[in-house]
Amino acid sequence: MKFISVFVKYRALIDQLVIRDIKTKYRRSILGLFWTVLNPLLMMAVLSIVFSYFFSRYGNIDNFPVYLLCGQVIFNFFNESTTIAMGSIIHSGELIKKVYVPKYLFPVSKVMSSGVNLLASMIALVIVMVVTRARVTPTVLLAVFPLAYVMLFSVGASLFLSAVAVSFRDLLHLYGVMTTAWMYLTPVIYPMEILENAPRWVVFIVNLNPLTAFVKIFRCVVLEGVTAPAILHIQSLVWCGIALAVGAFVFRKSQDKFILKI
Amino acid sequence: MKIENAIEVRDVSMCFNLSREKVDSIKEYIIKALKRQLFYEEFWALNDVSFEIKKGDSVGLVGMNGSGKSTMLKIIAGVLRPTKGTVETTGTIAPMIELGAGFDHDLTARENIFLNGALIGYSQEMLEERFDDIISFAGLERFVDVPIKNFSSGMLARLGFSIATIVDADILIIDEILSVGDYQFQNKCKKRIREMMDRNTTVLFVSHSIEQVKEICKKAIWIDRGHVRMMGEAGEVCDAYEDPGNNG
Ligand SMILES: Nc1ncnc2c1ncn2[C@@H]1O[C@H](COP(=O)(O)OP(=O)(O)OP(=O)(O)O)[C@@H](O)[C@H]1O
Ligand SMILES: [Mg+2]
Repeated sequence: MKFISVFVKYRALIDQLVIRDIKTKYRRSILGLFWTVLNPLLMMAVLSIVFSYFFSRYGNIDNFPVYLLCGQVIFNFFNESTTIAMGSIIHSGELIKKVYVPKYLFPVSKVMSSGVNLLASMIALVIVMVVTRARVTPTVLLAVFPLAYVMLFSVGASLFLSAVAVSFRDLLHLYGVMTTAWMYLTPVIYPMEILENAPRWVVFIVNLNPLTAFVKIFRCVVLEGVTAPAILHIQSLVWCGIALAVGAFVFRKSQDKFILKI
Repeated sequence: MKIENAIEVRDVSMCFNLSREKVDSIKEYIIKALKRQLFYEEFWALNDVSFEIKKGDSVGLVGMNGSGKSTMLKIIAGVLRPTKGTVETTGTIAPMIELGAGFDHDLTARENIFLNGALIGYSQEMLEERFDDIISFAGLERFVDVPIKNFSSGMLARLGFSIATIVDADILIIDEILSVGDYQFQNKCKKRIREMMDRNTTVLFVSHSIEQVKEICKKAIWIDRGHVRMMGEAGEVCDAYEDPGNNG
């Protein structure tokens, strides 16, 4: 309950922090928001041309551009939000030393700022769906579920990462390597069929991967127009729960020491 | 009417790790752990400090550089958590430990008022309502939409002070901030602090200017190397603190 009342009290601060992030990010270029829509589009175009050819022997993925973009929307959001949030405590050092603010607001507000980019890539997705004449069914409305999952999961991961990064700064660099590996273990670009000949443990990890579940649900409702199997929702919820619990626990344990280390 | 305590400090001790090199990467941590060099050099900045401040009182903290005054204020403001002991405060706190903490230098004065106000915990409606008062007290009418990286340090301090004091807090915590502004602004600040004191705001004041302490505070606490050395009427404490025979 205390958590809720604190959150309400500092609601305005979260808004301000998010507005600040967006303003400072886009002030420098008028094309700012335009670029954030264009960027995933261009990425998708390049990757589509290359990979739709490579993967054609695994049977035709219908509408590869949308397939790809679905994966990118989810993965890029996770990647960007956690990477930025990871440094949020370190970069707010000056502030944390001078005023009392609940410290979890920093990583959480960074995840929310990344939500703006998520919105931009959703616009890109809609554009591509219109251009490719994708079949739109009412199930697209269910896309809020995978989007909510990836947000919750990112918040949990960000709490954990931002707290440990204070003690171990080199993790900031290592994390880039980790997310690259993570991307290859998530079916963002490739079709699931490609894993037929992969070693057992790779298949196991890909299937265990929370992002795989989010991406699969997202593709079900957006691309295939069907509701996702319940097991994927259960898997997603469990992962979100674990991420939030571990993140909150580690963050709470270490937050009083932040000020001595930044 | 019962006079309660606004601030109660009980047996507060604060320990810092002063080790020469901070271990803040995995690489260093492993190397040091292998070489068994993970020392922590403890430093107690505050030792069993206890005092109480009544509502509406104005108290000055005096002491040499590094005696622990700022540390004490930060603990009271909730920025630092004490290693031992407890601090209890009643009512809202306007901490002016460093003015304009959380200003974003790429944003304008207008935008920073909303950001900084939110940090202190003000509502956005209130800030909109009092916006003109904040700007006019700071005397920055011409600079409202200028990015604050173009401000002088005195201008930043004005803006920070103006935001922090726009509503009466129950407790005002001031750490050496009056020294930046010009004399005109200093007088304005003192006047505002007095007005708030008249409305029963508790003031906790740190300054190396003994005149200012005597001028503003009724009581004073002398902190010497993390211990309370003396507590009492501002005049007496300041005189004892300034007596060369007592320091060494
Ligand atoms: N984050 C920190 N890490 C390690 N030591 C610290 C830290 N903050 C303060 N100290 C130590 O605590 C002691 C008290 O510092 P503090 O800032 O409270 O002094 P002060 O009384 O405000 O001095 P001044 O008059 O110079 O402002 C100092 O010796 C300082 O080295
Ligand atoms: Mg100080």
